Amino acid sequence: MAEFEPKIIAFCCNWCTYAAADIAGTSRIHYPANVRIVRVMCSGTVDPIYILRAFEMGADGVLVAGCHEADCHYLNGPLKCDAMFEKIKKMVNTLGLEGERLRREMIAAAEAPIFAHVIEEMVEQLKKLGPSPLREGVKV
Amino acid sequence: MEDIRTGVYICHCGLNIAGTVDVEEVANYAGTLPAVVVARHYHYMCSDPGQALIKDDIKNLGVNRVVVASCSPRMHEPTFRRACQDAGLNPYLFEHANIREHCSWVHDDKRLATEKAKDLVRAAVRRVSFHEPLEIKERPLNPNVLVVGGGIAGIQAALDIANGEHRVYLVEKEPAIGGHMAQLDRTFPTLDCSECILTPKMTEVGQHPFITLLAYSEVEEVVGSVGNFKVRVKKKARYVDEEKCTGCGVCEEKCPWKVDSEFEMGLGKRGVVYVPFAQAIPHVATIDKEHCVYFLKGKCRACQKFCDAKAIDFEQKDEIVELEVGSIILTTGYDIFDTRRIQQYGYGKYDNILTGLEFERMTCAAGPTEGKVLLKNGQQPGSVAIIHCVGSRDENYHEYCSRVCCMYALKYAHLIKELTKAEVYQMYIDMRCFGEGFEEFYRRVCDEGVNFIRGKVAKVTDVALTEDEQGRLIVAAEDTLLGRMIRVPVDMVILCPALEPRSDADGIAKLFTINRRADGFFMERHVKLDPVATATEGVFIAGCCEGPKDIPDTVAQASAAAAKALSVISRGRVVIEPTTAQVNEVLCQACGRCEEICDFHAPKIISKDGLRVSSVDAALCKGCGACAVVCPTGAMSVRHSTREQIKGMVEALLEV
Repeated sequence: MAEFEPKIIAFCCNWCTYAAADIAGTSRIHYPANVRIVRVMCSGTVDPIYILRAFEMGADGVLVAGCHEADCHYLNGPLKCDAMFEKIKKMVNTLGLEGERLRREMIAAAEAPIFAHVIEEMVEQLKKLGPSPLREGVKV
Repeated sequence: MEDIRTGVYICHCGLNIAGTVDVEEVANYAGTLPAVVVARHYHYMCSDPGQALIKDDIKNLGVNRVVVASCSPRMHEPTFRRACQDAGLNPYLFEHANIREHCSWVHDDKRLATEKAKDLVRAAVRRVSFHEPLEIKERPLNPNVLVVGGGIAGIQAALDIANGEHRVYLVEKEPAIGGHMAQLDRTFPTLDCSECILTPKMTEVGQHPFITLLAYSEVEEVVGSVGNFKVRVKKKARYVDEEKCTGCGVCEEKCPWKVDSEFEMGLGKRGVVYVPFAQAIPHVATIDKEHCVYFLKGKCRACQKFCDAKAIDFEQKDEIVELEVGSIILTTGYDIFDTRRIQQYGYGKYDNILTGLEFERMTCAAGPTEGKVLLKNGQQPGSVAIIHCVGSRDENYHEYCSRVCCMYALKYAHLIKELTKAEVYQMYIDMRCFGEGFEEFYRRVCDEGVNFIRGKVAKVTDVALTEDEQGRLIVAAEDTLLGRMIRVPVDMVILCPALEPRSDADGIAKLFTINRRADGFFMERHVKLDPVATATEGVFIAGCCEGPKDIPDTVAQASAAAAKALSVISRGRVVIEPTTAQVNEVLCQACGRCEEICDFHAPKIISKDGLRVSSVDAALCKGCGACAVVCPTGAMSVRHSTREQIKGMVEALLEV
């Protein structure tokens, strides 16, 4: 049987982490192909609905990544993200998902190696955890 | 409603994409997706023939949604939007899938990369099906420019704009403009006097009819966006009426209290009421409230008694000035690395260890020693060591090269030879002499008999091991060319500290909503192709706030930033991005959460036809979407980042 390949949805803010992922590309910093990036304007404005929908649709992991506090293009996005994240984290636990499946990071535009590292780490962790219990066809 | 007819275009980008992603397979796959009427792949979609494919399909096949899968939208989204617009399609009916930076360049497994590219294309096709045409509006713009920081960068930028007869507000934190350049003695490699080339420019700033100089002032708040910024500036109380003060200097003479002069790097004294230096612009006195005995103890007023112009005003208060500008240039400069942090170099512990800037003041004819290189005991040194890379090229402090130290260290060696005939030792890691006339100057200094020792200095100590070392400073270093440790006894040591981001860079970045790089300097929009723009439209950077650089590079960058600001002005109007928040008034319950969460005061609850609803000021809205997330009824949404669009992408990505 082929090794389990987790599916990760990464919500990346346009100004910092999306740019970091771009620079990872320009610098040819390789990372696992398990991640699909969705560009959002700000990490603080990722609607919890998107995260829940991703898990509902069978994502094994979700990353929400944006600017550090000082870098925010919209002043306080990271603080808004933190507040949102606390709530959604609880919801995700209630759904019976392991905490490691949802990750929050602050990755500045210049931090391409960190972006690649986070993806590597997530893939490794999710491989250990196995498929999401919410995946279709997965017996809980 | 018209049918959705999507065209999908997969770019090879030569082999950049096609080398890793099977572009033909992706295009064939795209052709099977709902509402896709044509799917093509082409060598370079950004080329004219590539764009022509899109335009022709819009005209001939009735394509009304376009997806290009190529590089990052941060690169070519504007290109393809323009292509759509040229063919009569609203540019917002385009979506970009990033299969180069986010796929072919970061994966090497062809199968996995191809599958990922298919997923990204499917998500883009889904997203674009929810896109709506948006109207781009324009509004008039304010041609005034704010320049923050009055060093040589700010001075140059301000003059370039003002000479084009546009109003410039130049804000400087210190009592006078001039910045670090005003403190320098001579400038490498030509050895022309810094003051001599700077002061005419400073005077021009002071007298220019189009420059409003706000010295001893700080920006406190910035709101708005390109074309229409509102800026609040605090003009700090000098306790001296600028209009009345003639800068005669009698107050400073009569002031019975003296403190270390910042301008002289503590090597000289100044009065508590003072003009920072002889050529200061504005040439007016300032009372240093922190040290003024009148403010501390309520007695003295000597300055007031002797001021013929009646300019001293102890009752003066900070003043708030409100400015309206269309663009902003940040030229806030740098700090100098605190050499005390490297304790083994002994700065502050031993006498006769100077920083570069202290030595500049020493060799300056108008400086505290009237241009003489002197030891603490008043004697001339017989030998001097110059230590390079103090805090630069050092992973414990700053990894980067500070770019100016090699050259000013050579200049010091030349000046020491000229002024004292002392032996000079350059303790360097690498000599980096890359600019115009630099290598020639390096050769010249080599020929003057300066000793070059390649290696990082381990420590500076006064612990003598031999008689020759007694009473001297001993520089211990590894000579990497000889491959052994050496000890060089000298009378004076000059440290070349790193140029580092200002301690308040964080606050400035936040104030103007720009980013900082990992090294802490301000981040340019594109490191190579857009070096003076920032992530915020209408905010430009120049000089050492963007990274260490010498005077010619600073001046060139300042002129570049001025040209950018002038191009904003000459366009005469700004495009309002239509990607702002909108309210569905039927759903809105006027709860006010949008108003609460927004940091830009864009949504307001208003009364409309007797009903209370939220209304968004598009000029203030930045389109972040915070309001849409907190809206309990879903009345609030951001154009071009709607829930359907983002959720649609998530769903499409996970469907297979």
